[in-house]
Amino acid sequence: MIGGTDASMETDTDASMETDASAAMETDTDAVVDTDAGRGMETATATDSGLRAERVTRTAGGHLIVDGVSVTPPQGSLVGLLGPNGSGKSTLLRLLAGVLAPTSGVVTLGGRPLNDLPRKAIARRVAVVEQNAATQSELTVGEVVRLGRIPHRRAWSAASAADEEAVRHALERTGLMDRADQLWHTLSGGERQRAQIARALAQQPRELLLDEPTNHLDIRHQLDLLSLVADLPVTTVIALHDLNLAAMYCDQLIVLRKGRVAACGTPRDVLTEDLVAEVYGVRADITHDDGHGRPHIRFLGGHGPSSSVRPG
Amino acid sequence: MTHQAAAEGRAPQTRQAGRGRRLRFAALCAAGVAALLVSVALAITIGPADIGVADVWAVVGAHLGLGSSGLTPIRDGIVWQLRLPRTLLAAVCGAGLAVCGAVMQSLLRNPLADPFVLGVSSGASTGAVAVVVLGAGGGAVTVSAGAFVGAVVSFALVLLGSQVLGGTMDRVVLSGVAAMQLFSALTSFVVMTAADAEQTRGVLFWLLGSLGNVGWSEVWVCLAVLAVVLLVCAAHAHALDAFAFGQDAAATLGVHVARTRLILLSVTALLTAALVSSAGAIGFVGLVLPHATRGLVGPGHARLLPVTALTGAVFLVWVDTLARTALDPQEVPVGVVTSLIGVPAFLLVLYRSRKVTTS
Repeated sequence: MIGGTDASMETDTDASMETDASAAMETDTDAVVDTDAGRGMETATATDSGLRAERVTRTAGGHLIVDGVSVTPPQGSLVGLLGPNGSGKSTLLRLLAGVLAPTSGVVTLGGRPLNDLPRKAIARRVAVVEQNAATQSELTVGEVVRLGRIPHRRAWSAASAADEEAVRHALERTGLMDRADQLWHTLSGGERQRAQIARALAQQPRELLLDEPTNHLDIRHQLDLLSLVADLPVTTVIALHDLNLAAMYCDQLIVLRKGRVAACGTPRDVLTEDLVAEVYGVRADITHDDGHGRPHIRFLGGHGPSSSVRPG
Repeated sequence: MTHQAAAEGRAPQTRQAGRGRRLRFAALCAAGVAALLVSVALAITIGPADIGVADVWAVVGAHLGLGSSGLTPIRDGIVWQLRLPRTLLAAVCGAGLAVCGAVMQSLLRNPLADPFVLGVSSGASTGAVAVVVLGAGGGAVTVSAGAFVGAVVSFALVLLGSQVLGGTMDRVVLSGVAAMQLFSALTSFVVMTAADAEQTRGVLFWLLGSLGNVGWSEVWVCLAVLAVVLLVCAAHAHALDAFAFGQDAAATLGVHVARTRLILLSVTALLTAALVSSAGAIGFVGLVLPHATRGLVGPGHARLLPVTALTGAVFLVWVDTLARTALDPQEVPVGVVTSLIGVPAFLLVLYRSRKVTTS
């Protein structure tokens, strides 16, 4: 089993971090999420840079899926990953999670390439919630959440008090405390995703990656889930389809198109009528009248004014 | 917040529930060990020669150097040379097959996976047939050794095939199925073209699984392999838990997926090869017992693996006793009995779990 290497990792990281992080910052030019929030965190970033992708590329079957993307999520922020189907959102998340290795470029955690880190050390920092979790095992909600403690446990060991406390806290945070003994299969779609988020929280990550976790959920559960995620005190990257939900909850947006970054910045800066037309091929009317400067997108249909749709 | 209030109210309860579960698990293990010892002792007393439980202990004591058993050499031999090794091998085979099944079902995320899904048993059959019928090895190689070589070759082909086909878990299952077909065809071909009637009968009996004609050497070899494999699998219990939501999920929980998979597939294939080369292909134990045991202790592998080993051992001890006594003096291959019991048991398991798969 892997383990026991985290102490050396921490000391190594502290020594090499400052130079690595600042060097990387100077060279990052094309698609850095560089905003007020990001600049505010610069001092913190210098001592403990989080998860970042630097010009990562991934090819599959001769096609570029992700093409030279750099991402530096500001610490503690909620970053939305947008883009049409097949634009590379999921692949980028898998690269960030270290499940896929980039064809070129590098993903670093605390200034060190993911490849150089033991998988267990990564799993103690970065948690992932997949689009559609499925299992054959008859696990209770509590057992699903307890899976999140695996990266913290050694072989042969029983769960420690710290493990139980982390599980309890995760259940509490996601409002699933009274569901702990219920079978995961018997939950509704929204509750299943909450249980997955609780499992991710039990990992006590500093970075959380979610791949379209609101797919297949009704609007109320989408809103519930996103407000839960938005309130979490971790750096979060979330792939989303719904532009309005992204605008409502995300601090930063990255829009992918054919594997490249088409735009990044605050929802207000990113979500323009031109961008929606260019990236999605859909005409939209965008207003900013909710009092918080959050854009609201009304789609007008893609084929001219005659086919415009006026919802509501 | 209501959640918090509820949580504080429940916290001690949850901790108590945890302690209760641990106690229940310890009690279950103790009961399992006791059941195994009693089953072995009782199973030895059952048979044509009239032998009591006290005689069994006396013989075991005598052979461990605790004085004379007071039994005639023939009755002593029946216990020590025939029934005891046979019963112990049944226990070892049951435990080993059940553990292999539990590990493979979790690792391959396939409730139908069993120790033979990697093509191990059909490879072993071909190896055994090559020795018995074709005289491979020129008499220097025993049937067991031939079976073992066949099993290992077949497993290597399956791993290679799954790697070429894309390296995912379902590819392992698919190339295992392909290997099973290939080696079954080879076995049938050899038997049909080259074997005489007596050879065919011997081979068939072995193919169906039989614990007859085993000695202490098979018991020790299989027990040693079982002990090592059980330790390796138990050391990976958390990693096996992590595979519940698939290999990507396991990777994000800190599991080194490729390495873990290779280690666990290799050791379970090794154990299966050792068991099959001693006792033939005994089906359904590895498929049904893990499912039944999950109903007792839940899906967590730290508990599932030891309890599955115990239930598998007790199960096969009794099934083998049934196989050798039901049609006395005719012996039924134990694999036939496990399948006759296993099929309805398997359907029952599927029926119970239908809610899980359809929801």
